[in-house]
Amino acid sequence: MAAPITIHLEFGGGAELLFSGVKKHHMTLPSQSQPWDMKQLLVWIQQNLLKERPELFVQGDSVRPGILVLINDADWELLGELDYQLQDKDNIVFISTLHGG
Amino acid sequence: MPVLCSRCAERRAMLKRPKTGHSLCKECFFWAFEEEVHQTIRWGPASGGKDSTVLAHVMKLLNERYSYGLELMLLSVDEGITGYRDDSLETVKRNQQQYELPLKVVSYEELYGWTMDAIVKQVGLKNNCTFCGVFRRQALDRGAIMLKVDKICTGHNADDVAETVLMNILRGDIARLRRCTAISTASEGEGVVPRCKPLKYAYEKEIVLYAYFKRLDYFSTECIYSPNAYRGYARNFLKDLESIRPSVIIDIIHSGENLSVREGVKMPVQGTCSRCGYISSQALCKSCVLLEGLNRGLPKLGIGKHHRLHNKILAQQPFTEKEESKLKPVEF
Repeated sequence: MAAPITIHLEFGGGAELLFSGVKKHHMTLPSQSQPWDMKQLLVWIQQNLLKERPELFVQGDSVRPGILVLINDADWELLGELDYQLQDKDNIVFISTLHGG
Repeated sequence: MPVLCSRCAERRAMLKRPKTGHSLCKECFFWAFEEEVHQTIRWGPASGGKDSTVLAHVMKLLNERYSYGLELMLLSVDEGITGYRDDSLETVKRNQQQYELPLKVVSYEELYGWTMDAIVKQVGLKNNCTFCGVFRRQALDRGAIMLKVDKICTGHNADDVAETVLMNILRGDIARLRRCTAISTASEGEGVVPRCKPLKYAYEKEIVLYAYFKRLDYFSTECIYSPNAYRGYARNFLKDLESIRPSVIIDIIHSGENLSVREGVKMPVQGTCSRCGYISSQALCKSCVLLEGLNRGLPKLGIGKHHRLHNKILAQQPFTEKEESKLKPVEF
């Protein structure tokens, strides 16, 4: 069993509007048999945090194209994207690029 | 295992560049981004959004790094949209202080006597973006003339340009298709200030990450009036393509740049508006026709093609009842 982990989530660039305007969230992910990965985190966010219009945040099993994801300030494309295994105290940032220029 | 920067091979890579596929650390990314903008500039408006905020920051930085000798100013348009532009203008004012640049704000209300709030009240949410787009273009020129500047830099990025190429192809707008990829426009006539797009080759992803890593202060709220639906479709289509093939944005710009129009294709002839003198391919410019429509309570006058009415407007002849009925606002 993997122990519960706490993570810090942040939504910006307009993505926070889908989360009642709240940008920063401190969350504890419950323990489960496998370690948490980004794919599972996206499902968890959809079920527990996302307040409206899920199609503006997720597409298929990933984020909607145009939303940037940073894991501890680094582009998730460098870290395996959906397969990245979350560590305790990770900082995950979602920035929408789809709002206003 | 952290990925190392492919340029300096010392620091940890923080992003993957969509244009090149390179993995770069923050410092090498800042350098590459700034140098590419430097390459794009061959010789400013400010909305408070990410693009103009990054543009103001990079232009100021490069002006100092390379002694361009440019005198930079911020120019911002207040469309008169309560709860949207009033908030973003606050960001522009903070930018002005942070970058120590003079700021000029021109408003639709002072230039045209109409705010977007009042326009939407009359025309509804169907064609309001047409009014806003046409008025903004002219407002920037008028503001630039008041500031006596030689050039307007806009924050249009690579994604914006690729979208515009696609939209012009989809509309069959050959004249705009030919113009839209130019980095810099030549002066088209009196009252039009040449424009340039220093961020033309900068991906939106990189602009957003540049602003994020540098902790730049920008405003990101969607306009409260209905978005430009057509551009929205082009944008979503491009974003989907980009997720499969990141170079697609630069590839579309490349296609646009290399299109050549066969000789003998009819192009609109640029003249000047008989009322205000602004460039126009018709007797009256789009802005004057839209304004005439608003002032007469016939908002559809500037929507669609009613060119044959231009002479009537100029001669101050009344419209027939049939003509008027087609131009009245739709009841909501």
